[in-house]
Amino acid sequence: MFFPISNAHINPIYLAVVGFVIGILGGFFGVGGSFIAGPALRLMGVDWNYAVGTDLAHIVGKSIVAAKQHRALGNVDLKLGFFMAFGTIAGAECGAQLIQALKRAGNVNLVVSYVAIVVYFGIAVFMLWESRKTLRSGKGRSQSGLVKGAESKKDRSAFSPVTRNIQRLKIWPMITLPTSGIRISLWTILLVAFVGGVFSGFLGGGAGYIRMPSMVYVLGVPTHLAVGTDLFEIVISASYGTISHAIKGNVDILIALVMHTGAVIGAQIGVVATQYFAGPKIRLAFVPLPLIGAAIVIYTLVTGHKL
Amino acid sequence: MKKDAAKNLRAFAIELAVYAVLVTCYFFLVLHLLGDWLYHLETRHRYTYAAVAILLIAGQAVALDTVTTLLFRLLRRRWR
Repeated sequence: MFFPISNAHINPIYLAVVGFVIGILGGFFGVGGSFIAGPALRLMGVDWNYAVGTDLAHIVGKSIVAAKQHRALGNVDLKLGFFMAFGTIAGAECGAQLIQALKRAGNVNLVVSYVAIVVYFGIAVFMLWESRKTLRSGKGRSQSGLVKGAESKKDRSAFSPVTRNIQRLKIWPMITLPTSGIRISLWTILLVAFVGGVFSGFLGGGAGYIRMPSMVYVLGVPTHLAVGTDLFEIVISASYGTISHAIKGNVDILIALVMHTGAVIGAQIGVVATQYFAGPKIRLAFVPLPLIGAAIVIYTLVTGHKL
Repeated sequence: MKKDAAKNLRAFAIELAVYAVLVTCYFFLVLHLLGDWLYHLETRHRYTYAAVAILLIAGQAVALDTVTTLLFRLLRRRWR
């Protein structure tokens, strides 16, 4: 099939299958999946600028489906999602400006690559340590191993003493989030979203691999709710990114629409699967994702080829 | 429990097959026709293109989600 906007010939089945895989990851972990979509589009000869913009457009569609499904399961904190969207958009702009500054300094690729490797490895190692410790202590697991219902969403974490200390910071205005069952300073929420946004603008994609763990460990949001709320927040921030990229001529909406046909089914499978796993197990399964991201960056550094 | 899972799996497989047929028709009837118009918009009216792009992807998300949910419900009821 010929896509005139990006001037590329791509098999629509290939696009639908890529969308399907990303849909499963998105529905289950609450991530955008740009670390797969970007290289997958590049592999078919789509220019890098189109790969980035088109991926964002596809993320909007996939996240709408997954967030809608998560909302039906009671996994979305709308209030938290709205507050976070502001911080993410501001952070994404700062991240983009940081990239521009590094471009002017002439060492953007090296700095971004090293930062990405450190961040990805850091998240993977920390989540591996925390989820294994929680699972070993048996605190985060239900007796049957299968989890259903609202009670199961109140999962525990080996990091919860630190989270509780963060929640005790009484900096006005304090926000009550009944859905997540927490009361926390608005500034903490905005800071977490802002940092996620900076990484999104700096490293590309939706930065769900930073935001989802931050929501669990820093804000104390239960894992299932963090996944659903992250998706809802991605809808807002990725829509902003899509419009911005479309105006700059970086979006082939036809490719995004075809990819999205596969993502719809994948996202639904991912969302249903979260019902059968406890929070620490979801966090443990999350570990390979940032490692894949790190492997792609290392490959790019070593070979000089951009995937 | 096992019986229920098998029924769900069967319903899902049929849903996938029906969905694949619908999506193939959609590729050829809608996306193929939209191609030239979107290309024209992208090259000459960027702001309109940006608005149309976001509306298309959001609209498709809602429409396909409704289709798959209805299909799944219909098939589950039929196999029960």
